[in-house]
Amino acid sequence: MSILELKNVSKAFGQLKVTDDVSFAVPEGQALGIIGPNGAGKSTLFNLITGNLTADTGTIAFEGTDVTKVPAMQRCFAGVGRSFQIPQPFDNLTVFENLLVAAMHGRNTNQAAVEQACADILLQTELMPVANAPASGLSLLQRKRLEMARALATDPKLLLLDEIAGGLTDAECVALIDTIKSIHARGVTIIWIEHVLHALTSVVERLLVLDFGKVIGIGAPDEILNRQDVREIYLGIDV
Amino acid sequence: MIWLDTLVQGILLGGLYALFAAGLSLVFGIMRLVNLAHGDLIVMAAYLILLLVTLLGLSPFVAAAIAAPLMYLIGWGLQKHLLNRTLGTDILPPLLVTFGLSIALQNALLEGFSADSQRLPTGEISTASVDLGVMTVGVLPLLTFGSAVAVIVGLNQLFYRTELGRAFRATSDDPTTASLMGIRPSDIFAKATAIAMLVVTLAALYLGMRSNFDPNIGPARLIYAFQAVIIGGLGSLWGTLAGGIIIGLAQTIGAAINPEWQILAGHVAFLIVLLLRPRGLFPRAFD
Repeated sequence: MSILELKNVSKAFGQLKVTDDVSFAVPEGQALGIIGPNGAGKSTLFNLITGNLTADTGTIAFEGTDVTKVPAMQRCFAGVGRSFQIPQPFDNLTVFENLLVAAMHGRNTNQAAVEQACADILLQTELMPVANAPASGLSLLQRKRLEMARALATDPKLLLLDEIAGGLTDAECVALIDTIKSIHARGVTIIWIEHVLHALTSVVERLLVLDFGKVIGIGAPDEILNRQDVREIYLGIDV
Repeated sequence: MIWLDTLVQGILLGGLYALFAAGLSLVFGIMRLVNLAHGDLIVMAAYLILLLVTLLGLSPFVAAAIAAPLMYLIGWGLQKHLLNRTLGTDILPPLLVTFGLSIALQNALLEGFSADSQRLPTGEISTASVDLGVMTVGVLPLLTFGSAVAVIVGLNQLFYRTELGRAFRATSDDPTTASLMGIRPSDIFAKATAIAMLVVTLAALYLGMRSNFDPNIGPARLIYAFQAVIIGGLGSLWGTLAGGIIIGLAQTIGAAINPEWQILAGHVAFLIVLLLRPRGLFPRAFD
């Protein structure tokens, strides 16, 4: 069964069509990578899936239910979590409070269960040592981890990761990949936008390529990355 | 000794101004909304307490306890159904709408209660005093100041010790991201304004017990509240108390020098702080 299905989704800002007739489905439990040059409409696609933006045409279904017009908050309740390309923690809150606020509002459960869940996520994302530190003082890796941890705190069935490996050192990237793999191993469906291809292909089972808002290919990573048109888009990038 | 008395009276008066300002500070801190009708809402709450006192023969304190939940609901409805519609990137709509609300409230109160000056019956408490040895201090000013400190402590506890407070701070930081965490910013804003109206009711109680009021005094209360908030640093609750005390001190010192200088001295103190610390004494780290 598909956890997410987009059918003929389009979005334009004025005359600029940033998402152009996009259709694809993600089976439950799969990890899907999304690649494409800057400006291809990748983050816009995430905004359409989370409800930050509303599609002009087409439909978005989550677990078989049409959520095209459903606000972001309700999509969070349904099980859609995301991290941002540029980390956007709540700077006035501590790391633990960032998770608590997401867990208390993003899932329907009691305070004790929430606190335990947040503590587990802090361990899983290696943020426990800075649990009580203000989010404003974190390093880039910690901020990226907090983005992921906060999304996990909402107990998502579908986790959207937006360039979470960008800007990290190789060692940091390896540590982050391990964390993402462990989240995926728990059955969480993942859609991951990433330019760091070695990180992406070490996790995802399928790749989708966007260019000028259009899907130009979707399939197994090896097959997609060996296609001539995809290699042209990534000219100069060692795949 | 007279100067010591003046200083103490100024600090205690600052408590009243801090009460005027705390609700304004709370709302601004969370949603960056400048409510120009804040002073008129204080006056409206004072009339609501007066109505309950007159109709039911209650003491002002009991009447305020009954008025508080009513004001809470009014605040919630006002934010949910009117002010939330004005919030966005443009700062003009909330200013225009709350300015209009201010005029509408003043005229509605004028129509309903006439322009006659009113005062809440206080009984013996208005003349009761505490002998501190070196001076005697009125019970009502002490009670006002104590209430202001309690309100600031309470709001800080709410902000930093409760789930609602975390949601307030998260929404204040970034309403868009907060909505992705399952928070409905419009509900959070409505709760914030509702809580601000509880503080407004308390401010109205002491305003009505300590001085006369009529439908037109709202804008002047707004100015004192604004000055306290800006002196303290926008969005800082302890700063708001400090701002209220500075305005109160300046007014009583000004009045001690020359009774005509009372109000002017408060404005001058405000200008001096603005010149020296344009972001206030305790500005928030993130705006």
